[in-house]
Amino acid sequence: MTSTHILSVLVVNRPGVLTRVAGLFARRGYNIESLTVSPTNDPQVSRMTIGVDVDSPSTLEQIVKQLNKLIEVHKIIELEDSAVTRELVLVKVRSDLENRSKIVDTVGLFRGKAVDVSHESITIEATGGREKLEALIKMLESFGILEIVQSGRVAVNRGASALAAKSSRNGS
Amino acid sequence: MADNPRQPKLMTGAQMVVASLEKLGVDVVFGLPGGAIMPTYDPLMDSEGVRHILVRHEQGAGHAAEGYAVATGRVGVCMATSGPGATNLVTALYDAYLDSVPMVAITGQVGASLIGTDGFQEADIRGITMPITKHNFLITRAADIPLALAEAFHIASTGRPGPVLVDIAKNAQQETTEFRWPKQYDLPGYKPTLRPHSRQIKEATTLILEAERPVLYVGGGVAKAGAAGELARLVDITGIPVVTTLMARDVFPDDNPLAMGMPGMHGSVAAVGALQRADLVFAVGARFDDRVTGRLDTFAPMAKVIHADVDPAEIGKNRVADVPIVGDARLTLTRIADALEGKKLPDISVWVEQLQEMRKTYAPGWEEPPAGELSPQYVISRIGALAPDDTVFVTGVGQHQMWASHFLPHRHPRSWLTSGGAGTMGYCVPAAMGAQIGRPEATVWGIDGDGCFQMTNQELVTCALNGIPIKIAIINNNVLGMVRQWQNLFFDKRYSHTDLHSDQYPDFVKLSEALGCVAFRVTQADEIDATIRRANEINDRPVVVEFVVHKDAMVWPMVAAGASNDDIQIARGMAPDWGEQAEDEAVGAAGSGEED
Ligand SMILES: Cc1ncc(C[n+]2csc(CCOP(=O)(O)OP(=O)(O)O)c2C)c(N)n1
Repeated sequence: MTSTHILSVLVVNRPGVLTRVAGLFARRGYNIESLTVSPTNDPQVSRMTIGVDVDSPSTLEQIVKQLNKLIEVHKIIELEDSAVTRELVLVKVRSDLENRSKIVDTVGLFRGKAVDVSHESITIEATGGREKLEALIKMLESFGILEIVQSGRVAVNRGASALAAKSSRNGS
Repeated sequence: MADNPRQPKLMTGAQMVVASLEKLGVDVVFGLPGGAIMPTYDPLMDSEGVRHILVRHEQGAGHAAEGYAVATGRVGVCMATSGPGATNLVTALYDAYLDSVPMVAITGQVGASLIGTDGFQEADIRGITMPITKHNFLITRAADIPLALAEAFHIASTGRPGPVLVDIAKNAQQETTEFRWPKQYDLPGYKPTLRPHSRQIKEATTLILEAERPVLYVGGGVAKAGAAGELARLVDITGIPVVTTLMARDVFPDDNPLAMGMPGMHGSVAAVGALQRADLVFAVGARFDDRVTGRLDTFAPMAKVIHADVDPAEIGKNRVADVPIVGDARLTLTRIADALEGKKLPDISVWVEQLQEMRKTYAPGWEEPPAGELSPQYVISRIGALAPDDTVFVTGVGQHQMWASHFLPHRHPRSWLTSGGAGTMGYCVPAAMGAQIGRPEATVWGIDGDGCFQMTNQELVTCALNGIPIKIAIINNNVLGMVRQWQNLFFDKRYSHTDLHSDQYPDFVKLSEALGCVAFRVTQADEIDATIRRANEINDRPVVVEFVVHKDAMVWPMVAAGASNDDIQIARGMAPDWGEQAEDEAVGAAGSGEED
């Protein structure tokens, strides 16, 4: 049985860092379930949110330890189960005049919205946790899905504590 | 003229490379120039502090830097041009990565504007070496050179040592700007833990105080940390028997009555038995490599494990540790010894005597060769016996390497250089060259195979031209011996492509002479000692001695790949006699593992 864990990784914002992280996963045979990389409030630092499928706690421990060895990695935390996680999905659905309002109603239940409309299609944007988005997609399937684009997860722990890069510098 | 501190010092990037190396105390660089590194070679010519050794192949530069590093404990440095020059370093970088050798490789790169265009001799060496270096840099601005080099040396030599590559674009070498030596590193993500945690030390001492059959499992980390003295002290205090992995053969003298030899696939019965029957394994700077553990689920089945390593990722990677200790091997051994000093330790004399009995009964040995032929093991043991006390031994990879591990005298730290994690054929000659440069006073003997020797012997030219008097013993068994041994045992004696025909070509004596060496061929047992003595006396140029030995000698003991260490064989189909008690335990152990 595998389980998915979400790691928040602060890395130096420099070319090649993503390759290094992704390469580590590839070389050691770990599976990346989802990955997002984005800037943070510190321009020197980027944040990776990595979903990983692991078969045992020791694999997760190895992943964290190996990532920690990368010099560009400042800090890693495993997010709690209760963390707020969000994904963004864009779904293009086959649609004509007749069913358009039905689709918009359905999407409204998920607090999604239409972002593009044509004679034959409508494109829906929605954000939320994975389960919500899966439910939405399921509902839209009956209309005929033309295309789905989904972002990786972004996630943050609940409460006041925040993940900040180590600011101290090593002396020489 | 004194430097005016207010006047910024202007230099080209190339001059900065050389100035940085000087500031870092580098005394030798092994390398070979080419277009993209030529700007740096220019000021290198005038450096007073940095000597450059021109190799014949960049792989040689890499292994020489490794040999220098292992023999001296300092960072080894190699240099190459872009593209094929850089890719020729790959094997050595990988070797250094797996054996945690502190090394910095400086490579030229095409100009920044050409990067990504498949320009002449452009290779993404940073991308290529990412998985096999501890860290690497691509530098495209001269101003970044000093910091990158300072960081490279810091990263290579601290924590778990390893190779670092600094790839410098040609324009960065050519630009002129201010030289600023960094006051601090910019490495917030790099802080190796060196001090072991007190609670872990306490838990470890508690386990040691409870153990009835403890064993120290000592690996290359102890060698890299220069912790032989601290290890000796701990053993003095506790009387715990010691097994030393292939990488750590020189950190504990083999003639100590508590030395059990090497564990693992070709380990001694005493060392393998000690681990299999221990109730406590104290691993220091060792990583439970599959060549040591055999089938993991039957390895040391009764033992609790204390695992001390400077790399946290090694702890628990293969075997769960009851007490994990992250820290420098020297500090860890010292702290444990301090904690145990003066304490009443359990009486482990029965266990120790048992192991010493095994050591005596099953000392690694060999069968007599067919009449008129030389035994490779005998040859190697004679080289060891006649070598001066301060000899550094270097090996290639194969049967001769295992025999060298068993039959050479291992007495002093930093005197045993071998490619363990990677098993790189071709390591011996260049690594011996690097060791000799680092330790000019020492005798350096390389024990090489006829297969390995044919991979990198061209560096003998480098040795001859630079007065580097290494001594290489070619153990010529005519075949790729180690592979042939496996064919013999596991492939029904079908010797597919392992016959080198070294009896026809090359003529090793002529070849070596052509490379600038003094060379001898030994085919008779009664010539062995005299020839080794003559080789020992030659000090102004490299010496090669070809020992023509019989090709069917086997490395024993042996645990087949993937088998349990309980199934160690001392010769084909022959198991050691563990005595009654051990047999019961072995049955228990086998019962707990799954069947193949
Ligand atoms: C670069 C490289 N290629 C292939 C191997 C596989 N290999 C391991 S030992 C060995 C045979 C070595 O033969 P030789 O140098 O003659 O030494 P011997 O085993 O006969 O002592 C080979 C081919 C290796 N370890 N390294």
